[in-house]
Amino acid sequence: MTLWWSTLCVAAPLLASVLLFLRPKRTAGIALVAVTLVLIGALGLAVVLHDSGPQFIAIGGWGAPLGIGWRIDGLTVTMLLMAGIVGWPVTIYALDYFGGAAGGRHFWPLWMLLLTALCALFLSNDLFNWYVTLELLGLSAVALVTLSGKQAALDAAQRYLYTGLVGSLFYLLGVALIYNAYGVLDLAVLREVTEPTLAVWVALGLMAVGLLVKSALFPLHFWLPAAHGSAPAPVSAILSALVVKGAFYILLRLWFDLVPAALPGAVSVILGALGAGAIIWGSLQAIRATRLKMLVAYSTVAQLGYLALFFPLSGAGEWGNAALTGVVYFMVAHACAKGAMFLAAGNLQRAAGHDNLVSLAPTAQALPVSMFAFAIAGVSIMGLPPSGGFIAKWSLLSAAIGSGGWIWVVVMIAGGLLSAGYIFRVLSLSFSESGAEPKPELAPVAKSSEWASLLLASIALLLGLNALPVLDLLSIGLPRIG
Amino acid sequence: MTWSAALPLLILASSLVTGLVIFFLKEQSVLLRTVLNLSGAGIKLILVGVLMWGVYQGQTFEARLPLLPDIELVLHADALSLLFVSLSTVLWFVTTVYAIGYLEHSPHRSRFFGFFSLCVTATVGIALAGNLITFLIFYELLTLATYPLLMHRGTADSRRAGRIYLTYTLAGGALLLVGVVWLKSLAGPLDFTATGILAGRTDLNPDTLRWIFLLLIVGFGVKAALVPLHGWLPISMAAPAPVSALLHAVAVVKAGAFGITRVVYDVYGVEFSASLGVLMPLAIVASFTIVYGSVRALFQDKLKPRLAYSTISQVSYIILGTAIVGPVATIGGIVHLVHQGLMKITLFFCAGNLAETLGIHRVSEMNGVGRRLPKTMVAFTVAALGMIGVPPIAGFISKWYLGAGALDANLPWILVILAISSALNAAYFLPILYRAWFMPATGAWQERLEPGRFETHWMLLMPPLVTAALALLFGLFANMDGSPLAWARLIAEREYLR
Repeated sequence: MTLWWSTLCVAAPLLASVLLFLRPKRTAGIALVAVTLVLIGALGLAVVLHDSGPQFIAIGGWGAPLGIGWRIDGLTVTMLLMAGIVGWPVTIYALDYFGGAAGGRHFWPLWMLLLTALCALFLSNDLFNWYVTLELLGLSAVALVTLSGKQAALDAAQRYLYTGLVGSLFYLLGVALIYNAYGVLDLAVLREVTEPTLAVWVALGLMAVGLLVKSALFPLHFWLPAAHGSAPAPVSAILSALVVKGAFYILLRLWFDLVPAALPGAVSVILGALGAGAIIWGSLQAIRATRLKMLVAYSTVAQLGYLALFFPLSGAGEWGNAALTGVVYFMVAHACAKGAMFLAAGNLQRAAGHDNLVSLAPTAQALPVSMFAFAIAGVSIMGLPPSGGFIAKWSLLSAAIGSGGWIWVVVMIAGGLLSAGYIFRVLSLSFSESGAEPKPELAPVAKSSEWASLLLASIALLLGLNALPVLDLLSIGLPRIG
Repeated sequence: MTWSAALPLLILASSLVTGLVIFFLKEQSVLLRTVLNLSGAGIKLILVGVLMWGVYQGQTFEARLPLLPDIELVLHADALSLLFVSLSTVLWFVTTVYAIGYLEHSPHRSRFFGFFSLCVTATVGIALAGNLITFLIFYELLTLATYPLLMHRGTADSRRAGRIYLTYTLAGGALLLVGVVWLKSLAGPLDFTATGILAGRTDLNPDTLRWIFLLLIVGFGVKAALVPLHGWLPISMAAPAPVSALLHAVAVVKAGAFGITRVVYDVYGVEFSASLGVLMPLAIVASFTIVYGSVRALFQDKLKPRLAYSTISQVSYIILGTAIVGPVATIGGIVHLVHQGLMKITLFFCAGNLAETLGIHRVSEMNGVGRRLPKTMVAFTVAALGMIGVPPIAGFISKWYLGAGALDANLPWILVILAISSALNAAYFLPILYRAWFMPATGAWQERLEPGRFETHWMLLMPPLVTAALALLFGLFANMDGSPLAWARLIAEREYLR
């Protein structure tokens, strides 16, 4: 059953991608079916996991070290579920967004390819497979950014492409060093044989830099705002919610399985400091942004900083598990909230024909459902209750306070307040004296697009009501730390 | 799910569901919205009645929802929560009637009443919260739900008010969050207990507990408008009158004061707090706030800011009562939670009537207004005299117990504070009454419409009359069973059981 469910997660979007590529005229509803199948596959895996614990699958019967091995534990399935849950409303949204537009022809096969790569990445457990899926993920993402065909988008995509390639190169170099030293790439095997030698340190360093570039950790985030801000709205949602999480997922796996316990504390503190820099810098840029989508994109830069806070907190003894819970919950909650935000921002942009914050107030008042979605997503981003973001922040704060890491407490609290600064900048658009300005000409926005953003935002909210099912799932096969 | 768990949830749902439905109503469906509003408020009133009856019969009501492995969302009905929940439910009903009348022709009513209902949901959640974490969740929700109400008019003033309100409350909320997480990591689940959770804990470092106390009090003090954390309150007067009424009497400032009460009595325990030495500074800050608010009120010509500064002063009576060790002061503080609510909401309703009916915003325009709006001004007079502490109105009872409590605790200087404050209250309220009743009418408002059957819209007139009558009755019949004073006595007995 495990093999069946996990293959479904990869095969369904792959098949849809091929079909939509060969027959672009065919209804894009195929994509919706594929996303639904991914969701079903992930749910199936969750049930299997619940009954019989973590699973290892050798594809085609060839186990490690020769063949490809998949590892399915709580973290894997949580990530797959995240991809399915975000993918579903985004697909609904894109059905209307790309309805008649020329971009749609290219969007659908690329989006399905991206989903394939992402699911395969989450299932993989060896260094080279990760390289392949990472490249596939990055290239389809770059292609998606170019869809609008505008000069700004093309420039951003080009920068995204080059930085992505540099990141991959770093990563691949690290992989080569490891392979040279041990002759294996499977993480489960490597875990047994690696020793803290210089070669391993250099390799890990190279891989980490590559992954940090791809997950846009400050100050390696420079490519992100332009790429996420100028892509079509559903693409922005996919990039911010899912793609950056792929690279971070690999980093998290390496951290647990490959990084020797003898890691000097300075490394994790440096990573945490970068995270703090991201939170402060990204938030300040978001506060200063003049365009709505750039504001949301800079918010992603800031939010990714919280993920990096996990590293110094993971060494916090008994509180390490709270930190892990917090960071994974953060990934999921942020995916839903940020996806919803980009979808809502896209609605405003389509209606107004622009996204300049100064003159967006009448549009905001004409689209209350989208603004409501933005507001709910904002609650989660700010980490206020009740929301998934609050649960995540609570866990991270507990870890920080419990272990006496007051500097991280200050960073998180400051980050929360700064995020309120940019989110309420947008929300205050809803309030202005009626009749003060002439009603602008607004392009129609489909009801389905408005409700898709609200649906995703509501999921971010619901994640805050009861975290236990997600945490139970997550705990299956997860390394206990501390 | 059992009945005892379902009832608290139903009480929350009665306004939550109403609010969510109202959001999606068309602006024109006035009748449907009004029916929903009133039935939501009415159902909540009935459910709270059932709850009180059940508790009176000795039943316990508690709903628990797991949130994280060792954290639960707890809704619980104890004596203190019943007092606050019944206050907010009754006043919500009255304010709903008032708001429907007040906003009859203004835009965005669905949005307004949607958030209005969310606001009350949050307040009731605060009242019923059974642990500090649940309290925190609803406390933050309250911030979010009041923001759109403050911003409702969308004018430059209200946008500024909204921004400043957020700056204060979000910063306060953040400090509160740190305090709660910190305390949780040291002391485990923070379920409210009548004599305090921390009272018996000798394993905790007293200095750490003092720091946490500071964080919690500053977090709650922002909403309770303790000086110097009060800056948002006078500015928030830009909001429509029903919002001001709600903010000042039921929801926001009360949530802060109620939070401080919970922290002192049910988290730290009042005797343990005293042994930590944190109550005396709190009493001093509260006393300072009482005097400062009154002095500032004296110099406001605009009616609503004068009332706002008066709120700052009056709410600190509750905190002062909490900060004095001894059952008598406890009774005075807790009972003022109800009394101040009734009197202050009356005053704001009346101020709204003056503005709506006659366009009067300033004290100096109020000459002779008692002849044009006699019923409104009678209500205003009752409430104002109550605030000064004139017997037999409810405010007198609070001040009496506070004073007696201060003597019990051997703190005679508090009597001086109370005397100064009463004198100042008289100094800023009596001139208003004098102008309204004894000066000839001079304002431009005389050209306005002649009175119809009622002196103003009946939905604007009934609410202040009802609340003023309650303030009078609760003073007159303070010794009856079921009066706020009786409840406060019951609560005080439990806090000092040992």
